Amino acid sequence: MIKTILDIGFLIAAISFINGLRRLSTPATARKGNLIAGAGMILAIIIAIIYPLGDEGSGNYPWIIGGIAIGSLIGWVAAKKVQMTAMPQLVSIFNGLGGACAVLLAVLEMLKSSADNKIGIAISVFTLLVGAISFTGSILAYLKLDGKVKDKHVILPGHTYVNIAFLIASIVIAVLYVLNPSSTMLIVLIVISLVYGFSFVAPIGGADMPVVISLLNSLTGISAATAGFIYNNQIMIIGGILVGASGTILTVLMCNAMNRSLLNVIIGGFGSSGGSSSGADLDGKTAKEVSSYDAAVMLNYSSSVMIVPGYGLAVAQAQKVCKELDELLSENGVDVNYAIHPVAGRMPGHMNVLLAEADVPYAKLKDLDEANAMLPSTDVVVIVGANDVVNPSALDDPGSPVYGMPVLKVWEAKNVIIMKRSMSPGYAGIQNPLFFNDNSSMFFGDAKDSINKLVTEIKSLG
Amino acid sequence: MEQITQFVAANLIYIYLIAFTVLLGFEVISKVPTVLHTPLMSGANAISGVVIIGAIILIRSSESDDYVSLIFGTLGIVLAMINVVGGFAVTDRMLEMFKKKKKAQS
Repeated sequence: MIKTILDIGFLIAAISFINGLRRLSTPATARKGNLIAGAGMILAIIIAIIYPLGDEGSGNYPWIIGGIAIGSLIGWVAAKKVQMTAMPQLVSIFNGLGGACAVLLAVLEMLKSSADNKIGIAISVFTLLVGAISFTGSILAYLKLDGKVKDKHVILPGHTYVNIAFLIASIVIAVLYVLNPSSTMLIVLIVISLVYGFSFVAPIGGADMPVVISLLNSLTGISAATAGFIYNNQIMIIGGILVGASGTILTVLMCNAMNRSLLNVIIGGFGSSGGSSSGADLDGKTAKEVSSYDAAVMLNYSSSVMIVPGYGLAVAQAQKVCKELDELLSENGVDVNYAIHPVAGRMPGHMNVLLAEADVPYAKLKDLDEANAMLPSTDVVVIVGANDVVNPSALDDPGSPVYGMPVLKVWEAKNVIIMKRSMSPGYAGIQNPLFFNDNSSMFFGDAKDSINKLVTEIKSLG
Repeated sequence: MEQITQFVAANLIYIYLIAFTVLLGFEVISKVPTVLHTPLMSGANAISGVVIIGAIILIRSSESDDYVSLIFGTLGIVLAMINVVGGFAVTDRMLEMFKKKKKAQS
């Protein structure tokens, strides 16, 4: 009787996960959706604590309650303190912790299960492998995003082959373990899968970060789902698969946004290969500079402005002044919008969150297709700290590493102002012919200072 | 081989469950717009903390002197709980910013 009621409770929790995710499809219902999913999780945890297990020993409730209390406290504080620019790091680290929990469960299960239960062992081994890759992979992703580890410090020569070797070795050891479990093999398996996680993420960096975060997210979901098989628990399976599906979709979207296959991203090294054909014919041209006064006049007397924010805007914490510029221009009757490339920022949708934090209404945030439709009729484009996502080589230079990547066609607008620290190429290390166009002008300086100057100039135009 | 067929027979309902959840997951999530991808990711991330259920069951079914299971199981609970609480809280913080804008506009 009580068991059935609790089983229905698990069902309700599972439905609330799905319902919560469904409500994330519009900003208006999204917050409620997240709360519904959260409530489902609380329900599932309570049921797991009181569910009759039949033959259970001692309950050990102090351990459970203690663990929940400590974890909640740490999670809560971390969530309240994090800066929005540091969101990718936080999501990575949280993701790694979920993977670590799956690893612990798998290992404890492997210590207990009998050697005859081959399928049970195989599921645990799979959970261990996937969870471990996600755990150490996420930790390295966190370190890279936080700037604590530079890409070049962790890439070995021939890293692709190292990774292939790791993959084969972990599969072989996993199979050997399933056939003949021993504690020595278990330790080898744990170590190799943890090291493989690091090695897997090591060559991926720079502009590929949104892909790798999505992929790691998906792996954690899969390991949670297979851990659900270990415990015959439907809610773990459903929850895990939903996360796996979400991570997979985002991975595919991010890959499409860069016109690269997942394999290509994993093998890695954006910009490390690729031609340099675009470099030569630019030597003769020089980019022209624009003064803050001229830029201010241009903006103030235009009728439509499109701001293209890149990670440079986030680094300079220029979202707030950007919004100030937006308000000032809007008061003068200029139509201001934002063109957001799918890979702007360091994780999917990151730039939208940063601008939302600065109170920019989400109706002004245009995605790639919307923005490209609006650009030909736009008077002035202001590019703030973006580079590769506005590179025309992506369309017309097959030798360029960005060739084929969908980009914002900012050069179709009447004027383009590019705010940049210097002429140095972007994150991917690729030269951008856009800077040398006749209707382009450069505005050098820190993004925040530059926008502040514009704001002051426009105010003085009165 | 026999073990595999036995396993499939015994778990057929789970295999159905997985197949349908995969399809449902793709269906639901592909409707999420770009604007909300970061909250989607952190929210989904919080849901992956559902592994905590496994850790709770593990600890409950362990003997009270099985310290290996208790300590590592509790560590699992702490890690997964950070994932759950932190994930949902930070998602809520982000979505609050989106919601505020809507009111300001109308």
